[in-house]
Amino acid sequence: MKVLMFGWEFPPHISGGLGTACYGLTKGLAGLKNIRVLFVVPKAFGDEDQSVIQLIGANKIPVAEKTVYFQQDEEFIDIIEVQSNLIPYVSEEEFWNLKKQRTVSKSRLVKTQKDLTIDFSGSYGSNLMEEIRNYALVAEIIARKNRFDLIHAHDWLAYPAGIAAKRTSGKPLVIHVHATDFDRSGGNVNPVVYAMEREGMEEADKIIAVSNYTRQVIIEKYAIPPKKITTVYNAVSPDSAGNHSTIHKGVNEKLVTFLGRITLQKGPEYFIEAASLVLKKMDNVRFVMAGSGDKLNEMINRVATLGMADKFHFTGFLNAEEVSQMFRMTDVFVMPSVSEPFGIVPLEAMQADVPVIISNQSGVSEILKHAIKIDFWDTYAMADSIYGLLNYPALSGFLKKSGKKEVKGFTWKQSAKHVSKIYQDLLHE
Amino acid sequence: MKSICLFFQIHQPFRHRRYKFFDIGNDHYYYDDYANETMLRNVAEKSYLPTNQLLLKMIRELKGEFKIAISITGVALEQFELYAPEVLTSFQELARTGAVEFLSETYSHSLASLRDKSVFEQQVREHSRLIFELFGQKPKIFRNTEMIYSDQIGAQLFQMGYKGVLTEGVRHVLGWKSPNFLYINAHNPRMKVLLRNYKLSDDIAFRFSNPTWSEYPLTAEKFTGWLNKLDTKEELVNLFLTYESFGVRQPRETGIFDFLEQLIRLIAKSDSLKFATPSEVVAELQPISVVSVPNPISWADEERDLTAWLGNDMQKEAFNKLYELHQKMTGSTKEDLMKDWNYLQSGDHFYYMSTKFFCNGEVKYCSNPFDSPYEAFINYMNVLSDFKIRLLSFAPGDSHEQEVSTLNKLLAEKEKKLKKMKAELLHFQSIPKKRKTSKRK
Repeated sequence: MKVLMFGWEFPPHISGGLGTACYGLTKGLAGLKNIRVLFVVPKAFGDEDQSVIQLIGANKIPVAEKTVYFQQDEEFIDIIEVQSNLIPYVSEEEFWNLKKQRTVSKSRLVKTQKDLTIDFSGSYGSNLMEEIRNYALVAEIIARKNRFDLIHAHDWLAYPAGIAAKRTSGKPLVIHVHATDFDRSGGNVNPVVYAMEREGMEEADKIIAVSNYTRQVIIEKYAIPPKKITTVYNAVSPDSAGNHSTIHKGVNEKLVTFLGRITLQKGPEYFIEAASLVLKKMDNVRFVMAGSGDKLNEMINRVATLGMADKFHFTGFLNAEEVSQMFRMTDVFVMPSVSEPFGIVPLEAMQADVPVIISNQSGVSEILKHAIKIDFWDTYAMADSIYGLLNYPALSGFLKKSGKKEVKGFTWKQSAKHVSKIYQDLLHE
Repeated sequence: MKSICLFFQIHQPFRHRRYKFFDIGNDHYYYDDYANETMLRNVAEKSYLPTNQLLLKMIRELKGEFKIAISITGVALEQFELYAPEVLTSFQELARTGAVEFLSETYSHSLASLRDKSVFEQQVREHSRLIFELFGQKPKIFRNTEMIYSDQIGAQLFQMGYKGVLTEGVRHVLGWKSPNFLYINAHNPRMKVLLRNYKLSDDIAFRFSNPTWSEYPLTAEKFTGWLNKLDTKEELVNLFLTYESFGVRQPRETGIFDFLEQLIRLIAKSDSLKFATPSEVVAELQPISVVSVPNPISWADEERDLTAWLGNDMQKEAFNKLYELHQKMTGSTKEDLMKDWNYLQSGDHFYYMSTKFFCNGEVKYCSNPFDSPYEAFINYMNVLSDFKIRLLSFAPGDSHEQEVSTLNKLLAEKEKKLKKMKAELLHFQSIPKKRKTSKRK
């Protein structure tokens, strides 16, 4: 079985959990018999791990080739030998020249590079919508050129690509919901994003949600029939960072860490309030907020206002190596997410022998037993748990030991098996 | 005869490198040597050296007719020694002419005057020592960081032995009064206050090369014309300028050096104008009135207040966290700690955290090495955290002693209470005895 997979990011070029999850899952799938994955990202940097899967970048696919299937024939075209309804152009000037000419009624103009490929940033920049659209265009071409049995699209940025591929090939589409805009926006959804998500969900033949929490959101907010949605939990790759003690922990105090994008969704402000409560009770502790995001400046201001900036540190974005260093220094990890579809980071923390506190509003809390669970808004409970873990070694010791054991059970292979079952069912329907 | 008091200020901070969280406790070097060296070399070549050369030439040419006042911060002097020793030599040459008065200020361009008396005094003492060491003068006139001044600061300075102080002729403080007289401090009438004429000073420092300015181009003749047109009763014009105005803010191509040369010559030769140093002004002129400044002022921005350094929560937090350490610092004698402590106090670090994005073009500094005030804050706090760890590890005896002393106090108090209670007990014991005796009677 060959799966054509669309995703927006792939390690090492990731901005959050999405890329990690895509990588883990495809690796898990590759380990299974009979499944081959062709993974398409908007931009291939060339340093991705391609040992187990085949990865192609949409930026490497020429959009204008003679082999492209010819669809429109009602009108006379006198431009270059482009036979698809995509008309590539390289410069602004050329664009206007092409605009002046008479072209097919449904043709679309796409800005391309000299070699007729489309340039993608692969990030989340200002022309994201345009990139998503172009990504879908390239998806069409890829769908025509490759043979596969099934399409699998990760998150809303790739839904249009998945839909385009489905329309071209007629193969079934599975969409994988890693997050919805309700998580990201805290309720004030962007109507454009919502529309894209809903279209993807409606067009899909099967939906995979990363937790029951997310499944419920899809049912309630997107009005999708429950039987179409299956929950497959994420997992965690075994800790590969073996090179210990590259950086020595420079501070004597205990360290409490928040690690993630500093956005509304992740609840950084609750962590700060809890930190200030803990600091009133004990002095031998430091707090670290690692990551960056649109709320970073606001958080820095808040910490300054609370007068604890000498005990509360910001690191900015950390790369994979720095993250594992951070974990090695950490005594308590807190994930106070306001709305977290799954949340892989606590699992990574547990692997690194760090006891975790997670919010009830996270998908991972559905499967984790050996973690302290609180409501994200309950900063007193959060402070209480932090204080407890720091001061009662029996508690933290137990959580470390049993947590590490527990997290060994969450493997990507298991998740992949579940996904492959869904594939089988879909193909044999 | 009007006195023209020409004063220049020179300062360069030790800029911090990007100091990450992971460095805390591991790496104790905080400075961006490359940035500091290039910045200093650049300013030295464009401004300090040519201006010094010009001033030296004019002093020799006009023999006694031309004099100026200069203040250089300790951290700037340290950087001269490190990166541009020829600048230091040229200032020493200026000092030897006898026509240059060196003023006193804080060692590291610090804001200590706003926080702690003892730190402030220590900073000033250290600066005076360095000035004496390098230039052989004991300053008698004070100029605070960024012209920060209040009645309280003025009175404190008098206690420290100063006769006069320079500050900004702030409009909302002076009201209808003119800055062109000598004033006295509101708390102590023996303390003289020189007020900067910001209009005329900024004409040179900021507007000189601005082609959209109605008076552009500014010539020395025009400027002396303005000086002569001032009210005949006015006695003093204080032109206080940042030294970088010559050569950096107003580049050589604008003709600023020719302007300065010509201006000096015209004033020196004029019958109605003469140069005077702050010490001469304080000795010769009769103060005209009290200037009352209950709240601190500075020479920054339109508001002339402290908000460029202590305006937002980040700045206040960093400032508070820094000076919380001063008690611990007084016990420490370790040289590298003292050095870092001095450098950490530079007002520049707080200025980098300013969120006053919309202030007018007349910023007193131009270079901020950070992209955002938030970055500046994080970096500073990381450095400060490391510094604190070092300080505490070197001065644990300090806190121990403090604990012992508080315990001792407690003991003493308890003993007092015990004595009191014993006395009471005796008193009570004595009562029944009395009764007994009464019964016997």
